[in-house]
Amino acid sequence: MSTVATAQPKLWAGGKSPFNVEYGKVMMWYFLMSDTFTFAAFLIAYGTVRFSANSWPDPNEVFNTFPFAPEGVHTPLVFVSIMTFILIVSSVTMVLAVQAGHHNDKKAVVKNLILTIIGGALFLGCQAWEWTHLYHEGAWWGKNPFLNADGTAPTVNFTNFFFTITGFHGFHVFTGVIINIIMLIMTLNNTFEKRGHYLMIEKAGLYWHFVDLVWVFVFTCFYLI
Amino acid sequence: MEYSTNSHGDYSAIKKEIWKVTLILSLLTIIELVFGFWIYAQPTMGEGLKWTLKGLIIILMLSKAFYIVAYFMHLKHELRTFIMTIILPLISFVWIIFAFLYDGNSFKDLRNGFDRHHKAQSKVKAVKPAATHNNTKKQEHGH
Repeated sequence: MSTVATAQPKLWAGGKSPFNVEYGKVMMWYFLMSDTFTFAAFLIAYGTVRFSANSWPDPNEVFNTFPFAPEGVHTPLVFVSIMTFILIVSSVTMVLAVQAGHHNDKKAVVKNLILTIIGGALFLGCQAWEWTHLYHEGAWWGKNPFLNADGTAPTVNFTNFFFTITGFHGFHVFTGVIINIIMLIMTLNNTFEKRGHYLMIEKAGLYWHFVDLVWVFVFTCFYLI
Repeated sequence: MEYSTNSHGDYSAIKKEIWKVTLILSLLTIIELVFGFWIYAQPTMGEGLKWTLKGLIIILMLSKAFYIVAYFMHLKHELRTFIMTIILPLISFVWIIFAFLYDGNSFKDLRNGFDRHHKAQSKVKAVKPAATHNNTKKQEHGH
């Protein structure tokens, strides 16, 4: 904090960035903030509708399957826990890639970016499986085969919110994977090496962590509570 | 314009911090899951305990968000002025969440109070609607 104290008096005097942050990074942060408002609007709408309903389907009854699990075996939360850990680990490899970039360590950047891309692809694979499974159970936008927790007839609000919000998040993961693949190609082409810095990786990293951050909220709101 | 590239501290110290945060995030997730399983395993659980556990899950969720934003997204090491431009707008959520959830709950109470038909209908037990099964529909159309 000592740097802040000395910088404070002339912070807004001009001639230097008052935020001490690169322009592209500032813009990425503000983009992510606007995205936060979009996701929050979705999740708060979901919460409002759930609070206004007399009963709601029990997530543990809906999301209780696992790939290749025998019929009748119920494993609530297990599959989605694996998805959560995949995303956390891919976030870690992304931080490692960003840090390697700060030290101009091209080999480590490439290695960690590849791991991050694999993590993202695994997550998307899990989500594709889950969506397919739910679709075959009769769930889709406008269709809800799951009864409420108290055995009463359900509304389609549950599936509409689930598919819209996890779909919007999945789209963000997909975009993140594409961005990371572009970063990997640029690293392999020595674009950042010639530029002298790997700041672009840092911006891609911010986006990727945001995707992980949103999942923390989606996971809690849909599967845990 | 001049700006730092955030390369403060040496490589191994930063790596150590990253692994520490990873461990914390994993632990918080595991505790969340334990609470989730607890709610699932005890369907007869009292409302008080259930809401306490759900509240704890939300606190754990917010602490996970803090660790991701502060350490992985590096916001903790930015200048205070910059942190504030991100954090202050988000404070409005405190009110937005409270107001909307209160409104949802109020709508439920009003509808139950004034719309007897709605209240009676929402107490009727239903059978699992098999007709909307996506699989059977597929076969009917012969895809």
